[in-house]
Amino acid sequence: MASRLLWASRAASYLRISAFHRGFSTVIKDLKYADTHEWVKVDGSSATIGITDHAQDHLGDVVYVELPEVGATVAQGKNFGAVESVKATSDVNSPVSGEVVEVNRELVGSPGLVNGSPYENGWIIKVKMSDTGELNSLMDSNRYSKFCEEEDAKH
Amino acid sequence: MTLAQARNVVLPCMKLLRMSAVPILEQLHLEERLLRTSVDNWCIVNDRTNRPTIVMGVSGRPSELIELKSVLRDQIPVIKRFTGGGTVIVDDGTVFISFICNKNAISGLQPYPHPIMSWTGQLYSEVLRGFGDFHLRENDYAFNSHKFGGNAQSIIKERWIHHTSFLWDYDIKNMEYLKLPTRAPKYRSARPHVDFLCRMKEYVPSKSTFIERTIKSLGSYFLVKPFDLDDITTEPPCTLPHSTKLLSRQELEDAYSSQCENLP
Repeated sequence: MASRLLWASRAASYLRISAFHRGFSTVIKDLKYADTHEWVKVDGSSATIGITDHAQDHLGDVVYVELPEVGATVAQGKNFGAVESVKATSDVNSPVSGEVVEVNRELVGSPGLVNGSPYENGWIIKVKMSDTGELNSLMDSNRYSKFCEEEDAKH
Repeated sequence: MTLAQARNVVLPCMKLLRMSAVPILEQLHLEERLLRTSVDNWCIVNDRTNRPTIVMGVSGRPSELIELKSVLRDQIPVIKRFTGGGTVIVDDGTVFISFICNKNAISGLQPYPHPIMSWTGQLYSEVLRGFGDFHLRENDYAFNSHKFGGNAQSIIKERWIHHTSFLWDYDIKNMEYLKLPTRAPKYRSARPHVDFLCRMKEYVPSKSTFIERTIKSLGSYFLVKPFDLDDITTEPPCTLPHSTKLLSRQELEDAYSSQCENLP
């Protein structure tokens, strides 16, 4: 236990002086958010999905995005693709269920759009939602901001 | 209750799987399955693999990373693994150690690439204390500025894996199958393989010393329990798009043809 606490304090100290993340993240007001740090922009039954500024900041420089096929089915809370950053692949999970109608092919040649423009040009997929009621289980911008603060404060 | 017993009560369990000469493809399939379908924490040790094999990261492109002509000529297997990171060639001089953990297993650790990498750096710094000037250099393990350990990770919703191929020993001829990568850490300073890498056996007395010390250091974070490979029930392999796969000869030949066509 003592070793773990010592490691935790060393890691916290390391993270405070590191440049890996800023300590605050941009959150866009009218989007909905999942607790796995994806955002969704709703337009009728259409949903545009990407990862948040908090996520891209913690992941580091994205060098590759694995995209699903158009026509694939996605399920709320389940992974549909991945991003590669540093040495890691990280799953990207869908905040809503439905069918993929479009993927952002720009990410093939420019995966860094996820870092530079996470809410605009770095969008990942567009989905025709099968159940708009699922949006009720997602967080609004205020709740998501608090969620990020609580998550960062725990570590 | 003794202090040790009290300590054991609060530490999460970690199952220790020790293997020898397991083919790297089999090891990677096992790891992906445990990552995605198990709820336990795991340490997997494979003290060597059975034949020289090239292992690329999830986004690796053969034409950019390997010398396809000689790889095809010598029939070297090429695997694309499910984790990120670069390309290695592994053989019976490679030691593999992998950690698969639930995201809350280690107190205070955020399940993101840098914190996980940093934690492993702390762990191995303790393991290798007294054997060499160990550093976590960007994302590599090095003695001074000579790399001996390459890392890769995969992070999913509730769990993560961090696995390492350690160069206990290597055959410099095998390194010739690998191109100098375009994406390389700054500290490499464009050095060729022979000047960039080092062999762990020149620093650490034996493989077993290294492995035993690693298991001991893990004991600061986990209650480590040996587990038998035979006790893992066989299940169908994962069918996710980015699962580890052995590239076919046709795929390698197509990459080579494409590369030749693109030459000026």
